Amino acid sequence: MAGQEQGRRSGDVILDIKNISLSFGGVKALTDISFNVREHEIRAIIGPNGAGKSSMLNCINGVYTPQQGSITFRGQTFGHMSSRQVAEMGVARTFQNLALFKGMNVIDNIMSGRNLKMKANIFQQALRLGPAAREEAEHREFVEHIIDFLEIQAFRKTPVGRLPYGLQKRVDLGRALAMEPQVLLLDEPMAGMNVEEKQDMSRFVLDVNDEFGTTIVLIEHDMGVVMDISDRVVVLDYGKKIGDGTPDEVRSNEEVIKAYLGTSH
Amino acid sequence: MHTTFPRLMLDHAQARPHAAALREKEYGIWQTTTWAQLVTLVQRLAGGLAEAGLQRGQHVVVVGDNRPRLYACMLAAQSLGAVPVPLYQDAAAPEFVFPINNAEVGFAVVENQEQVDKLLEIREQCPTLARIWYDDPRGLRKYDEPGLAALDALIEAGAARVAREPGFFDAQVAQARPQDVAAMFFTSGTTGNPKGVVHTHYSLLDRAKAGQDFDRLTEREEVLAYMPPAWIGQNIFSYAQWLACGYVVNCPESASTVTIDLKEVGPTYYFAPPRIFEGLLTSVMIRMEDASPLKRWLFHTCMAVARRVGPALMDGKPVPALDKLKWTLGDWAIFGPLRNTLGFSRVRVAYTAGEAIGPDLFTFYRSIGINLKQLYGSTETAVFVCLQPDHEAKADTVGVPVQGVEIKLADSGEILVKSPGLLKEYYKNPKATEEVLTADGWYHTGDAGFLDAGGHLKIIDRAKDVGRLHGGAHDGAMFAPKYVENKLKFFPHIKEAVAFGDKRDRVCAFVNIDFEAVGNWAEKRNLPYAGYTDLAAKPEVLELVRECVEKVNADLAADALLAGSQITRFLVLHKELDADDGEMTRTRKVKRGFINDKYQVLIDALYGGRTEQFIETAVRFEDGRTGSVSATLKIVDAKTFAAMKKAA
Repeated sequence: MAGQEQGRRSGDVILDIKNISLSFGGVKALTDISFNVREHEIRAIIGPNGAGKSSMLNCINGVYTPQQGSITFRGQTFGHMSSRQVAEMGVARTFQNLALFKGMNVIDNIMSGRNLKMKANIFQQALRLGPAAREEAEHREFVEHIIDFLEIQAFRKTPVGRLPYGLQKRVDLGRALAMEPQVLLLDEPMAGMNVEEKQDMSRFVLDVNDEFGTTIVLIEHDMGVVMDISDRVVVLDYGKKIGDGTPDEVRSNEEVIKAYLGTSH
Repeated sequence: MHTTFPRLMLDHAQARPHAAALREKEYGIWQTTTWAQLVTLVQRLAGGLAEAGLQRGQHVVVVGDNRPRLYACMLAAQSLGAVPVPLYQDAAAPEFVFPINNAEVGFAVVENQEQVDKLLEIREQCPTLARIWYDDPRGLRKYDEPGLAALDALIEAGAARVAREPGFFDAQVAQARPQDVAAMFFTSGTTGNPKGVVHTHYSLLDRAKAGQDFDRLTEREEVLAYMPPAWIGQNIFSYAQWLACGYVVNCPESASTVTIDLKEVGPTYYFAPPRIFEGLLTSVMIRMEDASPLKRWLFHTCMAVARRVGPALMDGKPVPALDKLKWTLGDWAIFGPLRNTLGFSRVRVAYTAGEAIGPDLFTFYRSIGINLKQLYGSTETAVFVCLQPDHEAKADTVGVPVQGVEIKLADSGEILVKSPGLLKEYYKNPKATEEVLTADGWYHTGDAGFLDAGGHLKIIDRAKDVGRLHGGAHDGAMFAPKYVENKLKFFPHIKEAVAFGDKRDRVCAFVNIDFEAVGNWAEKRNLPYAGYTDLAAKPEVLELVRECVEKVNADLAADALLAGSQITRFLVLHKELDADDGEMTRTRKVKRGFINDKYQVLIDALYGGRTEQFIETAVRFEDGRTGSVSATLKIVDAKTFAAMKKAA
């Protein structure tokens, strides 16, 4: 069964990162990083604190512009791109420190992920004119499918700020899914969760990958989770790539062990 | 009622094809299935099951929440003369093994991946189980198991069969007779294997009809189905009576949305065990604690009026005009909105059953204008044995025998029932059948009780636990430990109680205080305490418990039969009774024998007339370590009352 899964997952390269370097003033955040992501796989980026994981994600996401290197997404190469352009190309993300609208309810938060897909202009929406109302109903239906998928039906009308942290993380994932992304970037989806919440989240990540075929790039601190759910793992340390391969290969990599267990530099 | 389940469905579809039969909330919207749509679905499912080889008399297991398509599967099986066997969806996989093998089940219809996984886990132990269909395909895409398929595939295969052979379904339904077996329910035995209770179309539908007539239920009722369908209570309310009356059954979105769905649906006919009512009341009280002082004041003022006036109003007794006005104002300010919040604004009839309900809890709902009543019944009697009429609901009785039921008391005090709704037999278990169903047609309930002056049945205990006092002032009087203990436990300050009295001259009791409730009580009185043992030994706490005990005694004295069960002496235990120490079962029932042995010295002290007793007990902590608690327990005498003569 496991072999079959692997076989199904490995598709063509969808995202190719080549020789990325990023520095802030004198601080080198990333040095000459290259790796690729295949379609339908779950790709993890791991590393100790300050290794450059989030910087890497921000480069892919268009938040940071790397000084060197190129990113190729679906055959299209770019050095610089705005976050909006990236989003329009089908890349969605979640945040390590949740960036939800705390005062808004779950439906509205997830609905905000549909923003890019809405065609009606602000006046039509404000007046709820025919096309705008119809469009909203369609998007709402899509959102309802996500709510069903993430099993948060009981909290539709609850302001997000009042939900427990684990559920907020789920809403965050829901909003990213609302974009119908081809690639989903998850920034520490399990951070700050208890064991049960981690299990739930792992299951949802696997289900998203399974049901929608979404390619997933995730950053994670929790080694156990990463090794269990990823197909391939990139290991960063001090802005450099020190390992890349299947969880088993990475686990037996000398440098990785050193980086995690600590050594004098 | 000389008809069958599928026949009733067809009748409704003919009379009211476009009326709603079932609703299910999905993707945030209530989706309706009409009677006509239901018939089409059931025909296809039946076609599919027939194609798969289902024979008359075979059993089909159905596992899942209340889902329209699972209900349709039960109807489809019944249409073919097969017998649906609903199993508890929250049972662990090994618990399915016995029922499946006992009933030689070949086909199972389940709700989702969770249930599929459980069945696959036990598949090797269940050689007869050939086919499994699932309603919700989520997560099952990659499963490649022989015999496993989606319900959609079954419906598709059935549609082809129906198209090929249009008269097939009606011909099958026509073959079914009312005395054929309609369903089997497994009762969870506390010891040994569960027993399959076999019911016929006639037994289930006759009782459904009796309940319908009693409360004048119509096709306009709305019901929310959220208890397990394997429980006969839910099955009668949302399946047998659904088809008997033709009302609408609503299926909630998920277990976690029940309170929201309850409010949206606004059922008119409602059924729940006491713990659900208790949970709802607790949530109201917690929210009131957080409300502003003005709202709290309004709530408590109105509730005081409700407690005083509400029950009488509900019982249809005359009430002074001023009181009635006050209650109406309260209704406008508090009760109405509260009923709405609870989802009970439209409830015409609500029932509770299954276990004893506390009088305060029961009165609370009746006082705010909800027609909450009690009923008595079991799986073996197809639920309806006794029901409380609208204006005669009391917390400590379970109502009058419903139409068709005869009740008789055995010499032992055991309640015997004769009713058209009695089980046909326990499946493949003639010995067990013989034990409960005697040749003269009486069913032995195993419950002890009696009929009060008004003809209402009062349940006091399980018959095997009922003892007799021996010697003393009440020689030979009946002693019902659980009845006494329940009365004590209804006080919020008492968590657990164990009463002694069988073959003794009087009744004594152990009491466990509720640490949280008594702790709060002590804090409000600035009463310092160091822990459970310390708190339990405080003279103020003993006084508090004594008041409770004496109230119970006053209550018991009012009943000539039970006056002897008044508690003469008691002590408050120094530790909580705990399953980890073997003193209780995991379902929190006291193990009398074990406690008798373990606390022999305390019992001797109670009966020996001592005023205090030292005890040291080993305890097992949650992490597995053991330690010991010791204390000198004071023994308190409680006032008892002379038995009141029954009012003529």
